[in-house]
Amino acid sequence: MSGAEAARRAFAPNWQGRAALAALAIYSVYAASQLDIGLERIWHGFSEAGAFLGRMVPPNFTRWQLLLDGMLESLQIAFISSAVGIVLSLPIALLAARNLMPWWVSAPARAFIGFCRSLHYVIVAILFVKAIGFGVLAGICALVVASIGFISKLFAEAIEEISPKQVEAVRATGAGFAAVLLYGVLPQVASRFVGFCIYQIDSNLRNSTMVGIVGAGGIGGTLFAAFKRFDYDFVAAILLVIIALIFAAELVATRVRAALR
Amino acid sequence: MTGHTGAALEIRGLSKAYVAGKPVLHGIDLEVEGQGITAVIGPSGTGKSTLIRCINRLVEPSAGEIRLHGQDLARLRGRSLRLARRRIGMVFQEYNLVERLTVMENVLSGRLGYVPLWRAWLRRYPSEDVARAFTLLDAVGLPEHATRRADALSGGQRQRVGIARALMQEPELLLADEPTSSLDPKTSVEIMELIATLCSEAGIPVIVNIHNVALARRFARRIVGMAGGRIVFDGPPEALEDSHLVDIYGGEEWL
Amino acid sequence: MTGIAGPIARELRGPTAPLMREWTRFSPRQRLARYTVWLAIVAALVWSVRSIEIIPEFLWDAPEQMADLLVRMWPPDLRYYPDAVHAALIETIHIATLGTILSFGMAVPLALLASRVITPFAVLNGFAQLLLVASRSVNTLVWALVFVAVFGPGAAAGVMAVAFRSIGFVGKLLAEALDETASGPVEALRAAGAPWGSVVLKGYWPQVQPAFWGIALFRWDINVRESAVLGLVGAGGIGVVLDDALNFFQWDKAATVLLAIFAVVIVAEIFVTRVRARLI
Repeated sequence: MSGAEAARRAFAPNWQGRAALAALAIYSVYAASQLDIGLERIWHGFSEAGAFLGRMVPPNFTRWQLLLDGMLESLQIAFISSAVGIVLSLPIALLAARNLMPWWVSAPARAFIGFCRSLHYVIVAILFVKAIGFGVLAGICALVVASIGFISKLFAEAIEEISPKQVEAVRATGAGFAAVLLYGVLPQVASRFVGFCIYQIDSNLRNSTMVGIVGAGGIGGTLFAAFKRFDYDFVAAILLVIIALIFAAELVATRVRAALR
Repeated sequence: MTGHTGAALEIRGLSKAYVAGKPVLHGIDLEVEGQGITAVIGPSGTGKSTLIRCINRLVEPSAGEIRLHGQDLARLRGRSLRLARRRIGMVFQEYNLVERLTVMENVLSGRLGYVPLWRAWLRRYPSEDVARAFTLLDAVGLPEHATRRADALSGGQRQRVGIARALMQEPELLLADEPTSSLDPKTSVEIMELIATLCSEAGIPVIVNIHNVALARRFARRIVGMAGGRIVFDGPPEALEDSHLVDIYGGEEWL
Repeated sequence: MTGIAGPIARELRGPTAPLMREWTRFSPRQRLARYTVWLAIVAALVWSVRSIEIIPEFLWDAPEQMADLLVRMWPPDLRYYPDAVHAALIETIHIATLGTILSFGMAVPLALLASRVITPFAVLNGFAQLLLVASRSVNTLVWALVFVAVFGPGAAAGVMAVAFRSIGFVGKLLAEALDETASGPVEALRAAGAPWGSVVLKGYWPQVQPAFWGIALFRWDINVRESAVLGLVGAGGIGVVLDDALNFFQWDKAATVLLAIFAVVIVAEIFVTRVRARLI
């Protein structure tokens, strides 16, 4: 069969993959032209960047009182919103777990969680600012919504993955629903819940420095104002402090996680 | 209690169909006396497990009566079902301990049907419960393991904790669903020995599902053979002959 | 109650068993540690609640005000969509997609440098890691502020912001995927005398390919959400329209924008789930 011999190929060329890559390249050029991003604009921008960076150094800490107040306010927003968010997430996640609740309870709870997740926290913060006015309360509310969206979703999924056998055994002892939760369900998911909470506290710390951009309290407002007034040396100072806070938070989170293991 | 025949457990016409029209149990009738081990044998998928789980209602029976000292368990709901469940201890094939709790917490979880919720939550059990738990841990041979986590134990040790948890309920009946199937032969004998001794001392009747016919003969006072969702043999171990085993399991090459 | 007999039962029945042993859930040290943690949490909360400036009337008023806002927004006026919203929505998706593609262009070399198995020089690994961490620890909005300052307001700043924030995320995950590859196939290629480029292309790439596409989809999904807010600081996309609508109290227009964002986020999530199921 000499004909078949010639038709044999070591590799089937991946036409689909190549076509997808070509499409991606064409799209990039098209989208860049749509957004009016040209090479010379980028080039011009990066030459501006030098001047911009030049105005950032040295960072200016003379208004440290303003900086400190903003940072403390951000911390407070993060603490309160994490606490409220965690306390609310626990029951919502239990309601949303399909292996514990009938569908007519879990479906609305899941829809609520999905709703909390769907909008970016800054958008939620704007809505709260428009509804209840400028200030920390709006920031707290926005981050509570974000915390519920994140923790409840993952916690509900964790509950749905538990071993039903351990639950069955506790049920067989004649324990009531609450006792089954305490002994059969929670021990299986408690450490994961703590993990989700630590992650969310970390996120809330980062995000609490941003909600101020839309007027919802914290250092973000100070940062935005400094940008608008071209006080780039003060901007640099604020950014350095925010990054330091994020690093510190990540360090603590890593150590707590290691201690829990 | 009134109106019962003297048997601890009476099952009348018990049927169960997971899918409508395809029953797993066909009208089981069974009486179990106030003491001794009753072994239920039969091929896999013949409804042994379903039968046992219907008794404490981990599985909902489709029809029939299950009377424990005269009370019909099949009709119970809510609180009265819980009160009935705490009178029935259960030992599981895969032990079903709560892995992340300590041995002591697992044993004490046998009291969950008795103690109020706040005590369970704060682990403030009545001191006589704790004392009883220690006594049971001694009895099952794990005196030093109270504070270890359940997932740190071997299979045989876990099953011992499972037995202690079931007896912690002060049950009037013990159900054991394949208690030795996940264990090696030596440990299997030890576990059956433990169940037999502790339950006969406390006067608790036992219903045990078991795959191992030799173990059933050795420990049971009575053997119930099931095939195709029906009882096809019921008698003392001495009466169980090869012809019965053919009825129960089918084929004869394996004998 | 059934009769309990025998030696064990006798001991069980005794009013105070002779071997009364103590059992507590935690050892004293564990308990001390737990109390310390709880105390720290409570202290942080008390400090926050006491020093934060919340006007109580605002707090009690909040649900009512929220309801009031929703009433003003309902029903959304969809007539705004074709003229005012659609173009901005497309621009948002362009920002997210282009930003993701651009970030990969920069993240892949950094990931190769940061991976210990590809680049066996600790100094280069550390340098790449430093750049990745720097990219990650600055929020997309801050990157947007920076690029608005550099490029001026518009979508270009948005694309750069999305790209620069994504570098750290993509680079970190990609470097981790590279570090976790099996060494067997790579050794086989080296043993066959393959040059560095071929080892990377035929030894590592096939192993990290699923992770690569997974990371790309994951980040794109996040970027779609993030680019919806970039407009609030002037970096283009649908956020600009939302900001204008809110500033001019056009509640029904704002509601239309929110609905559009909502829809895009959900469509993106469904798209990502579908594609991921097909790829893996």
